[in-house]
Amino acid sequence: MSALSAIVMRDVKLALRAGGGAGVGVIFFLALVTLVPFAVGPDMPLLTRIGPAMLWIGALLASLLGLDRIFAADHEDGSLDQLMLSSAPLETIAAAKGLAHWLASGLPLVIVTPVLGLMLGIEPKALLAVSLTLLAGTPGLTFLGLVAAALAAAMPRGGLFSAVLVLPLSIPLLIFGVVSTNAAIAGEGFGAPFRFLCAISLFFLVLGPAAAAMALRHVRD
Amino acid sequence: MRLTAEGLSCVRGGRALFRGLSFALAAGEALAITGANGAGKTSLLRILAGLLAPAEGKIVLAGAENSVAEASHFLGHLDAVKNALSVRENLDFHRALLGGGRSANEAALSRVGLAALADLPGYVLSAGQRRRLALARLIAAPRPIWLLDEPTASLDTAGQELLTGLMGEHRARGGIVIAATHLPLGLENARALSIPARAA
Repeated sequence: MSALSAIVMRDVKLALRAGGGAGVGVIFFLALVTLVPFAVGPDMPLLTRIGPAMLWIGALLASLLGLDRIFAADHEDGSLDQLMLSSAPLETIAAAKGLAHWLASGLPLVIVTPVLGLMLGIEPKALLAVSLTLLAGTPGLTFLGLVAAALAAAMPRGGLFSAVLVLPLSIPLLIFGVVSTNAAIAGEGFGAPFRFLCAISLFFLVLGPAAAAMALRHVRD
Repeated sequence: MRLTAEGLSCVRGGRALFRGLSFALAAGEALAITGANGAGKTSLLRILAGLLAPAEGKIVLAGAENSVAEASHFLGHLDAVKNALSVRENLDFHRALLGGGRSANEAALSRVGLAALADLPGYVLSAGQRRRLALARLIAAPRPIWLLDEPTASLDTAGQELLTGLMGEHRARGGIVIAATHLPLGLENARALSIPARAA
């Protein structure tokens, strides 16, 4: 157990220090959301209507940044060999690295979402719904990305590769994230689509580490 | 404890590196692996560590409850030192990962001569100091089998003597040392295994 907490602590520390890239996602998210009003014009009703979807797309794209480095950095400096010699199973090691990546890059996106939502003129109730759906959806995104990160571990420039791999598979999360937000705004049933979102997220949480461990074993052989 | 390798074969990139390598080592014994560049010394060590699957053959560790991978330290060409972490944080992580007691840290750092640098970040270390930090791992997390790949690379004379001392103490405690090397490491009564240049 202590090996796993050491992995989480180390990865969060590395991400938050200079060159770690934890802040890049948040700044990218901010830049993307700032661009939307410039592109569609100062039309408040329109912004309010498309705002939740924009926040979801922004968070989705921002969470792709740095994904390819999860295992590649450890592969390059020999740390991955050491991780594999640990007595913890590779699946739980992958899960620990996924958790650390989410804490450092996914959670900050959820935290800044209400602030960015204000810029898009989204009402408080909808803001709460967007934040809640992102809180449920981003862990799924990260753990889905874990598989791509493992496949890209030995690739010199795997960033684009992991984005191309993750984006199509992230569509169900995006659909149910936006649908449940819109349902909350319209005052319809928020519960049903939100439960679907949670279910898909949980599916990736379970599948991600197992598939990532399998990919790591193949990629490195 | 007894480490046995039977009929190990390795194929890399469709090319057979070696075939039918066998050896057995009891507690306290050492094996020096020699061979030309590309003969497969590193691959053999990676197979022993469980980082690579052998094409044929098997490795058995008798008299220990762990698997070979869990009982082994692997010191490869890469030192696994993170630039953004301090020397102490680097060692602390590897100690926790590989199962060492918390108290072992400071002793290990002073043994390899890095105690004064403990709070400096990894990027200020020279190649030799990074290697010393990797050696500190071997002390901080006790594991019975040491798999060392060119362990003297970038070490100065004092560093090489330190390594010789560490290997001697490890064997005296009943540990096994397997080292791939071109240079004499000062291993007393070490068994020798020479990998032929081309098995195919």
